Amino acid sequence: MNPKKAIALNKKKQRQKLIEIGIVLGLVFIFAVILPILLPGFRLRLLGRILSLSIVALGIDLIWGYTGLLSLGHGIFFALGGYGLAMHLKLQLPDGQLPEFFTLYGVRELPWFWYPFYSFPVTIMAVIVIPGIVAGLLGYLVFRNRIKGVYFSIITQAALLVFFNFFNGQQKLINGTNGLKTDTETIFGMLASSDLAQKTFYIITVIALVVVYYLCRLLTSGRFGRLLVAIRDDETRVRFSGYDPTGYKVLVFAISGAIAGIAGALYTVQTGIITPKFMEVPFSIEMVIWVAVGGRATLIGAIIGTLLVRLGQTFLSESFPEVWLFFQGALFLIVVTVLPDGIVGWWRDFAWNKLRHILGLQKRIITYPSLEENPEVIQEKAELEEN
Amino acid sequence: MSVLIEGLFNGISIGSVLLIAALGLAIVFGLMGVINLAHGELMMLGAYSTFVVQNVFKPWGEPWFSFYIVVAIPIAFMVAAIAGLVLERGVIRFLYGRPLETLLATWGVSLILRQFVRSVNWLLVICVAVFCLLFFAGMTFLSRRSDWERIRNWTLAILLPLSAAIAVATGFLMSKVPVLTKAWFSARNVDVTAPSWLRGGVKVLGFQMPYARLFIIALTIICLVAVYWFLNRSTWGLRIRAVTQNRAMSSCLGIPTAKVDALTFAIGSGLAGVAGCAVSLLGSVGPNTGQNYIVDTFMVVVVGGVGNLFGAIFAGLGIGIVNYLIGSGTLALMFSSIEALKPLVDFLLFFATSSMAKVMVFVLIIGFLQVKPAGLFPQKGRNVEL
Repeated sequence: MNPKKAIALNKKKQRQKLIEIGIVLGLVFIFAVILPILLPGFRLRLLGRILSLSIVALGIDLIWGYTGLLSLGHGIFFALGGYGLAMHLKLQLPDGQLPEFFTLYGVRELPWFWYPFYSFPVTIMAVIVIPGIVAGLLGYLVFRNRIKGVYFSIITQAALLVFFNFFNGQQKLINGTNGLKTDTETIFGMLASSDLAQKTFYIITVIALVVVYYLCRLLTSGRFGRLLVAIRDDETRVRFSGYDPTGYKVLVFAISGAIAGIAGALYTVQTGIITPKFMEVPFSIEMVIWVAVGGRATLIGAIIGTLLVRLGQTFLSESFPEVWLFFQGALFLIVVTVLPDGIVGWWRDFAWNKLRHILGLQKRIITYPSLEENPEVIQEKAELEEN
Repeated sequence: MSVLIEGLFNGISIGSVLLIAALGLAIVFGLMGVINLAHGELMMLGAYSTFVVQNVFKPWGEPWFSFYIVVAIPIAFMVAAIAGLVLERGVIRFLYGRPLETLLATWGVSLILRQFVRSVNWLLVICVAVFCLLFFAGMTFLSRRSDWERIRNWTLAILLPLSAAIAVATGFLMSKVPVLTKAWFSARNVDVTAPSWLRGGVKVLGFQMPYARLFIIALTIICLVAVYWFLNRSTWGLRIRAVTQNRAMSSCLGIPTAKVDALTFAIGSGLAGVAGCAVSLLGSVGPNTGQNYIVDTFMVVVVGGVGNLFGAIFAGLGIGIVNYLIGSGTLALMFSSIEALKPLVDFLLFFATSSMAKVMVFVLIIGFLQVKPAGLFPQKGRNVEL
């Protein structure tokens, strides 16, 4: 490639980067500043919940879209994060007092694992680290034996059910089925359900979403990201090329679990309660469909998919509760059979070009688009013809 | 001693329910590598058809009512098998080679089926019938034209919304008739009354063996023998085994693999229906009945491996027995007399509820998979992926 063109290409890339940062900043401005002014508190809380769910969707996209591991058990990590923060909120009491539900079951002393959650920094650490460690451990035990594909999905689903049973049955440790209510507790002296606290949670959610998005971008671009895609496409070949896929899979699964933990904590404080219901089987499968609707292996798709599906669910189930399940079932079927690349994939591969044809911005291509449009391919073609 | 035998019997009876539910799943998974998350809902369809058959027999009075179960089993089989066949032809056929997508699609089907039994009424049935009639008749009619390939996309784009709109319009027109809009089952659970000869039980060695449990064990054995005979002694069984071992080679040798897939799926689903019939004897049946069994049956398939029916048998009975022994506290009771094992007893008592037993069983399964990752009887051969 001659230097002049390289510089031009570089400049183009830099310009694209600037544009993208501009778009992201604009979106953050709209979501973090304008929407809180426009929306009433109730709707804002809903939007905050949906945005925190889109953080989990990013985590799932990381392991399913890029690495090809379909986890049906992300509810575990989501709920673990939620329980972590809820336990901290429950402990905002004068010294020596126990959260009130303990007295119902005749528990006099705080169970040992509650103590670390007195401190706020430790709680924040735990919300991220504990789900990560649990995910890493489960991943290690499964991937070590080269268990993959549907077996992995089934085992994560069984793990989900097991965690559900465990949390559901332990009244004396974490209040069992009733879960932990956070709405009536205080955080930094503020009532967690007050408008100010909720607005703060909302803005933290928006910031967390952007941070996690860039983290995922970082992970999926470059060498590490290429390895993940390689594992998805042909794991045996990766192994024969001298890499050990197990370590990478465990790492990416742990990261995805930690992301789910963050999302769970944010979701919990904006819902007002965490119960073992967060670990029910349907909820975790739903998370997968958000990613599928938006488009696998496109990070922005995960966010868009979550927003669309959850907003649709809110409006449909408010007006016709019975239709929603039919609709959701149909959504699974349609996305899998007709739109395997999701909305973003469909836009990128089909609709965008079609639109440009119709507007007359681009001539119709009969061969593969990459042959006639990709600048690197055109460059090589020109160099070949010169020689 | 009698405690142990009682534990074993109850364990076997739980295990046989798991086994009969997992049998169809194991066959389908072994053949096509497809995980059918709607398997539980096919069981539920079987249970609901048992309920319907029971209601048909009720007015006929006593001598007939006692034997409704004999009629219910084949009908449950047929209903679930037809549902499975439609599922395979309509959805799964397009997704072979993409197991994760199949899993999601079958989950969608399971959601639809669950809501279907909740809200099914004559109106819904009529609407679906109108839609199918218009759409499929239109498609068949137009596909006879010589320029079918050219107009296919347009036909789909026009015919689909058109027939859907007509069906919905029919629905709105008839929605005033109260007879049509009454739900068949509603969201509440329904109860299947066991016939009189299945109530009560027989006393052996000082504990009660309920007839219903014995009946399920017998039914499981019959199903196992039938499946074994079918797979190993019949022509189609031979073909199924051939496709399981090497799909490409079987296809080359003239085995109609698409037909084999459809048949296997139908039989697997039919077995789910029989399992549903068995489950309906144990308690009331609701739209979510299938969900209670689905994860456990998957565990049976994972532990058993897909190479062999015996894997499913050992795994089903093993999981059932371990589950019961831990969950009922029988194990804790057995060791309680020995003072030295006190910590072990405390540990076992912590897990001595049915939900905590599942936690323990899962830990054991994960431990087991560390030793034998592909299950008890893994698939063998050169083309097995490692």
